Amino acid sequence: MANQARFPVRGTINGEEFEREVEPRLLLSDFIRHELGLTGTHVGCEHGVCGACTVLLDGESVRSCLLFAVQANGRKLETVEGLSQGDAPLHPLQEAFREEHGLQCGFCTPGFLMSLLPFLEENPSPTDQEIREALSGNLCRCTGYDHIVNAVRTAASSLRDAETAGAE
Amino acid sequence: MKPPVFEYHAPTHIDEVLELVAQHGDEAKPLAGGQSLVPAMNFRLARPSVLIDLNGIDGLGAIALEGDELRIGAMTRQRAVERSDLVGEVTPLLSETLPFVAHPQIRNRGTVGGSLAHADPAAELPAVALALGARFFVRSQRGTRVVEADAFFDGLFSTAMEDDELLENVAFPVLADGQVTAFSEISRRHGDYALVGVAVSLSVDSSGCCERARIGLLSVGDGPVLAVRAAEVLAGEVPSDELIRSAAARAGHDDIDPPGDIHASVDYRRHLTEVLVRRTLAAAFARASNGGSA
Amino acid sequence: MSTRQFGRPLRRLEDEKLLKGKAAFIDDIEPAGTLHVAFVRSSFAHGRINAIDVAEAREYPGVKMVLTAADLGDYWQPGPVLVPPPPVEGAVFHARTQVPLARDKVRHVGEPVALVVAESRYVAEDARDEIFADIEPLDPVADLGRALDPEAPLVHDDLESNLAAHVRQTKGDYSAARAEADVVIARNMRYDHGIAASMENRGVLADWDAQGEKLTIWDTTQAPIPIRNGLAGMLGLSESQVRVIAPFIGGGFGPKIMMFYPEEVLIPWLSMRLGRPVKWIEDRAENFFATTHEREQLHEAEIAVTRDGKILGVKDTFFHDTGAYDPYGLTVPINSQCTLLGCYDVPSYDSEFRAVFTNKPIVTPYRGAGRQHGVFVMERLLDLAARELGMDPVEIRRRNLLQPADFPHNHGLIYQDFTELTYDSGNYPEVLERTVEAIGYRQFREVEQPRLRAEGRHVGMAIVTYVEGTGIGPYEGARVTVEASGQVSVATGVGTQGQGHFTSFAQVVAEQVGVEPDQVRVSTGDTAEMHWGTGTFASRGAVVAGNAIHAAALEVRRKILDLAAEELEADRDDLELQGGMVGVKGAPDSAIPLGDLAVRANPLRGAVAPGTEPGLESTTYFGPPGGTTANGAHAMVVEVDPETYAVEIKRYLVVHDCGTVINPLILQGQIQGGVAQGIGNCFFEELVFDDQAQLLSASFMDYLLPTATDVPPIECDHIETPSPLNPLGVKGAGEAGAIPSGPLFAAAVEDALGDPSLELLEIPLSPNRLFEVSRTRDDGGGA
Repeated sequence: MANQARFPVRGTINGEEFEREVEPRLLLSDFIRHELGLTGTHVGCEHGVCGACTVLLDGESVRSCLLFAVQANGRKLETVEGLSQGDAPLHPLQEAFREEHGLQCGFCTPGFLMSLLPFLEENPSPTDQEIREALSGNLCRCTGYDHIVNAVRTAASSLRDAETAGAE
Repeated sequence: MKPPVFEYHAPTHIDEVLELVAQHGDEAKPLAGGQSLVPAMNFRLARPSVLIDLNGIDGLGAIALEGDELRIGAMTRQRAVERSDLVGEVTPLLSETLPFVAHPQIRNRGTVGGSLAHADPAAELPAVALALGARFFVRSQRGTRVVEADAFFDGLFSTAMEDDELLENVAFPVLADGQVTAFSEISRRHGDYALVGVAVSLSVDSSGCCERARIGLLSVGDGPVLAVRAAEVLAGEVPSDELIRSAAARAGHDDIDPPGDIHASVDYRRHLTEVLVRRTLAAAFARASNGGSA
Repeated sequence: MSTRQFGRPLRRLEDEKLLKGKAAFIDDIEPAGTLHVAFVRSSFAHGRINAIDVAEAREYPGVKMVLTAADLGDYWQPGPVLVPPPPVEGAVFHARTQVPLARDKVRHVGEPVALVVAESRYVAEDARDEIFADIEPLDPVADLGRALDPEAPLVHDDLESNLAAHVRQTKGDYSAARAEADVVIARNMRYDHGIAASMENRGVLADWDAQGEKLTIWDTTQAPIPIRNGLAGMLGLSESQVRVIAPFIGGGFGPKIMMFYPEEVLIPWLSMRLGRPVKWIEDRAENFFATTHEREQLHEAEIAVTRDGKILGVKDTFFHDTGAYDPYGLTVPINSQCTLLGCYDVPSYDSEFRAVFTNKPIVTPYRGAGRQHGVFVMERLLDLAARELGMDPVEIRRRNLLQPADFPHNHGLIYQDFTELTYDSGNYPEVLERTVEAIGYRQFREVEQPRLRAEGRHVGMAIVTYVEGTGIGPYEGARVTVEASGQVSVATGVGTQGQGHFTSFAQVVAEQVGVEPDQVRVSTGDTAEMHWGTGTFASRGAVVAGNAIHAAALEVRRKILDLAAEELEADRDDLELQGGMVGVKGAPDSAIPLGDLAVRANPLRGAVAPGTEPGLESTTYFGPPGGTTANGAHAMVVEVDPETYAVEIKRYLVVHDCGTVINPLILQGQIQGGVAQGIGNCFFEELVFDDQAQLLSASFMDYLLPTATDVPPIECDHIETPSPLNPLGVKGAGEAGAIPSGPLFAAAVEDALGDPSLELLEIPLSPNRLFEVSRTRDDGGGA
């Protein structure tokens, strides 16, 4: 029973190619963390509620604990490590979280960042209510969310500024 | 919380799927969005021995107008339906309801067909399908048959589909002249399964008389519930506060046999049903008198 | 001192690592060859173990070891009593502590009975499914109110009843007060707390180096040093052979304290047995049972007041559910007992509790740690008394507040730290009046509420107050070192779980040593860096460790000045520390970099003068004489839908006094996070057990943590009344936000519904529960 057929999975993560053979039952969250060694994606509940394991699959936010690694075959993955690689300065979204004290223990934070990235792309000038609704699929037990809302507002503004500057 | 071992198939054509489901019967589970199935597997509450991944099949994710019906492929992501302008135009009840389904991260994966075939009594889409009178195109190696919504849902997590059948697409009737729809639900938190939810579809004639009403309820029975008796109260009548109240009372008292659970007792569910049916009907009739817009 | 580091809203130094996903949490650490463990847990709350068949699991491919209690030999021992009973006269305490694997009986759902060690967690769980535990179910003790009935089943067969403890504390003469009172309000109340549900579950990783005879343990503990000491003893190793590292931890809130959980005790032993690194990461399903809870108390309380609202006395008798075992002693019920008195002058108090064993998971402190329960009782009694007297609820509080001149105020009760409960300082009237002002109390009562009511809207407001004993002893230590690089390092023994210690502790040191905080490297939670200490609990990190660090930094400052005075041939008083240099004021060219001075303090030739120590380093300890008491007032505005009982919290305001503030940004985060947990406790979260003591809300689908749409923006204001008990003047802040939300919510909802016959005397209050209470109140009156 334990020896299951293995399946190839090949794709890109944060722009880098990967190729492995995996058991089909291996969760994408475990694959990213333990096979690819990108441990910034965290696992909080493994039943799709807490959002700590959120990553981008072809640009859309998904719970990596509710996908099998084989399902990432031929797809593009992005994780928190892709936001600012190596010694690069923090992404404006990350910078805003620091500026506004939008994290405490930091365990849930990568999931928040990955949920927010496509949200802010789709809605660059969200209202507070829209921000709160966008956050509601991610649980944070430390902050009480207020500072996270501030961080998203700040990030939206600096991303808009960057966009304007880039367009000139 | 790691899923048990299973045999994995990733077919690329629907014929392969049909062959696999015919071969494995109830041992096999189709994997659509996986947003309900995978958590159950992680808890090891679901242990399918064969998993047939539908995500590689072309042609199951289309949204298209066919005559007076909107056809939605079973593998269409809920998020795609939510974002579709066409859906908003011809079946606004779907667009209005989808934001209540969990969170964007779930809807990015969750599929319309997966949710309908799973037939969770607390899910929104089955109740909407009932209210709209959707038709289900169910396919097997034996052919394709069409099942009306009223017959599709037949119990707790149970549908009229046989073990060798697969839901291929669903047809929702396009909003007709004089028809209005509305949805509302009460949940503990944004995105949670509702304690009670109501999907309403009404047709009002030029004199303001209610020709036909369909009221789909969720979280108040083994599956989605069509509030037939409440609808009878409305049929052929001119809407008034009193009429709406009496229809709502019928819904809360006579149309349902709700379960009690840790979030809502039987009495509270009956009470909420009455309140919510009243409010949703009122909203729908208000839309009708505004010429159909929200 | 040039730049004030202390009191600055410095952005956190640890954030970059966390934001980049580079901070190492326990499951991010995996030495080569690591084996993984899954536990077999009881599905019954109470049962006799007949047999456990592990034969098939042992044969399962990839399995290294399968163990039951019988395989543990002498290592099988009940865990230590972590907190002994307090020295209260006549106190009864029966210690029964958890065991590594249940041997004869299981006493709560989720109690471990066997374990599997395998090459992966997936395989370990597969093999676990092959184990059959033959457990004969026994009637469980599921109902706290009936656990002491003579016919109740026994959780521990060797005890005469399920009584775990009985404590009575009194001050003044309550019977006399009652006889004298114009009004006595007596009610039964129920307060149920919940689980910490930190986003990161627990975990233990152990790596035995057989060659070097060293054991390294990574543990999600709030208290690595006590864990190190305890495990060394159990494993027959010296403390210097064991290194416990609490890495980045994804939230603690109490249950990650030095529990000596079964997994904590077993994983290191397994690593030594197997000679391989062994890891167990708790999953969310396990967390609901394997990590400790906080739960309910049932209070029978009364308050005696005069016609003009003056409190004459309070009497309270309560049952406390301690769960299947009581390793953490009586901290939680003692906190309830001692926190009840709040900000008020209460001349007489008669408080008695019985802690009771039940067949439910163990109860230990979770943020607030029983304080909520006490505050609920007192604040609700005051609201009811005000209602009875026709007095404004704010006014009755105002009339009973302790005044600034009343400090120190000794209640004569024994607190959780075994010292007498003494309020050190505070300005309670100022806190209350600021709250009344900021929330717009009068305007709301006189104008807004009537206007909204006329529109058919049910909006209510409430204000409550509380005192929190924080920053208790015994002690913490710290080592501060100026390194040759000029960097300053500080090590302390407390663990950190997101409180910003890397930043606030750096600020404390930077303030004295004259460097930028980002030049200060803080190490917390590694026993290789600090040998002595207790841990992070009872809102004590900033108070006790903070003051130890301050003392060590002062001592290093002294050493810097002494040596620099000698080197620069200058008077100490003429020197200044600034920008990582020490020099003569007004002569910047003279300044010596601290790194150079550190090298000169540790010379390779010549002699260090007798009586001086090498290096610019100091290890210093701080033990407070007693706990400091923080206080505050919270105000809330809610709107209730009287048909659905949906409640929207429209405003939440906190005025708080935790003494001197090290970093206001971090403090604000602590308060807001606490409030969110308080809101969760009142309205969303509930541990629902059935009559078989099965937990029905054991997933995040059913145990509802508040989300961003459920917590309103939280308005905060602070006043600073320094504590006289420590040099920094700080008081603890970690738990405050979570403490008073229960009575606040109940009072605000009552006010919104506006029905004078409605009394909300329990927490939590879900919409379903509000519906039920509203429906039944005319049948039976108050609870």
